[in-house]
Amino acid sequence: MSTPTIEKEPASKVELPAGVGGGEIPSFDITLKVRRYNPEVSDEAHWDEWQLTMYGTDRVLDALHKVKWEHDGSVSFRRSCAHGVCGSDAMRINGRNRLACKTLLKDLDTSKPILVEPIKGLPVEKDLIVDMEPFFQSYREIMPFLITKGHEPTRERLQSAEDRERYDDTTKCILCAACTSSCPVFWTDGQYFGPAAIVNAHRFIFDSRDDAGDMRLEILNDKEGVWRCRTTFNCSEACPRGIQVTKAISEVKQAILTRKI
Amino acid sequence: MAVPTVESPRSGRVSPGYSRTRSSRGNFEMGAWLFMRLSGVVLVVMIFVHLWTSLVAGDGISQVDFGFVAGKWASPIWQAWDLVLLWLAMLHGTNGVRTIINDYAEKNSTRMWLKGVLYTATVVIILLGTLVIFTFDPCPVIDGVAHVASYCPTA
Repeated sequence: MSTPTIEKEPASKVELPAGVGGGEIPSFDITLKVRRYNPEVSDEAHWDEWQLTMYGTDRVLDALHKVKWEHDGSVSFRRSCAHGVCGSDAMRINGRNRLACKTLLKDLDTSKPILVEPIKGLPVEKDLIVDMEPFFQSYREIMPFLITKGHEPTRERLQSAEDRERYDDTTKCILCAACTSSCPVFWTDGQYFGPAAIVNAHRFIFDSRDDAGDMRLEILNDKEGVWRCRTTFNCSEACPRGIQVTKAISEVKQAILTRKI
Repeated sequence: MAVPTVESPRSGRVSPGYSRTRSSRGNFEMGAWLFMRLSGVVLVVMIFVHLWTSLVAGDGISQVDFGFVAGKWASPIWQAWDLVLLWLAMLHGTNGVRTIINDYAEKNSTRMWLKGVLYTATVVIILLGTLVIFTFDPCPVIDGVAHVASYCPTA
């Protein structure tokens, strides 16, 4: 016996009568202040301000888009996926490093202007775009790739669930530089390796399949390595992926210590 | 005709201020970090014992005078205690200020000068302090005149 099937339009195709379904999205007015810098025009940075009507579902990135698309096309910022995965749009929003695509406007104080600045500590190229090369330089130095000894296995390299769990937190990094550019030690002279490089070293140091942990620990035992961390927790607070960055740094410190003593 | 090659936008071009010129391997920074933690723990105990014996035990703050210090340093235990306290506190403090200078001074020359002043002050204070602990004379004779306090043996 078969159940009779009723031909039905999929829900997405059904027209809803007015007043039924999702409620009206609340809208509100905001003031967006963006720190502008264009070296071709002036060596001085300045603030530009826009009044925008935005909706409850909008993020800071949507406000920036609105400005760029409808008000001033010269506003420059990076964004690629726009959904918190690529790590392109880290910026200082109201003094805190956030991804513009993950920060809802309704969660900010909309009664005051919303300040958007480029992340600190890296050379600004234009408006919200900074030169990320020093950041990636440190990242490359810790060798962020699997290094093994011995023969290549014919099968995949297996790992127990517990061994995988050991470094799970630090695999989440998207290299947005929110942590490194929130670190006051990095702001000083940019010599410090920075939280992001240490997090990505941690990911391999504690990977049971990797054999170059000692090399990475030696690299981070540098004058500008883990010992410059002052555990201010700015990085943990800034991480859009919720990585316990400061904890990872202390684990690397501890690994260096136990290896030496 | 040679085709002009377009360089990739950033291959290895790092603003000069950011490149780590010389990598200083060696364990000095690790030692300094470890020393801060260990000396910190020891100092907490030593400082509170020091404060208690000076300010709470006996007659409290009103007992502290030249004679009180003289009495304390008559015992080799307190001499050793104060010596360790002096060295640990000075090295702990110096290391702390050293990291602050490293963190806040932006130019290498500023750093060098500040640290020079810091290290000079540290060496002078540690040497003077050590000298005083071991050569302290509660009943000095200056220019043939004995500055005799009540507790000094009368000649």
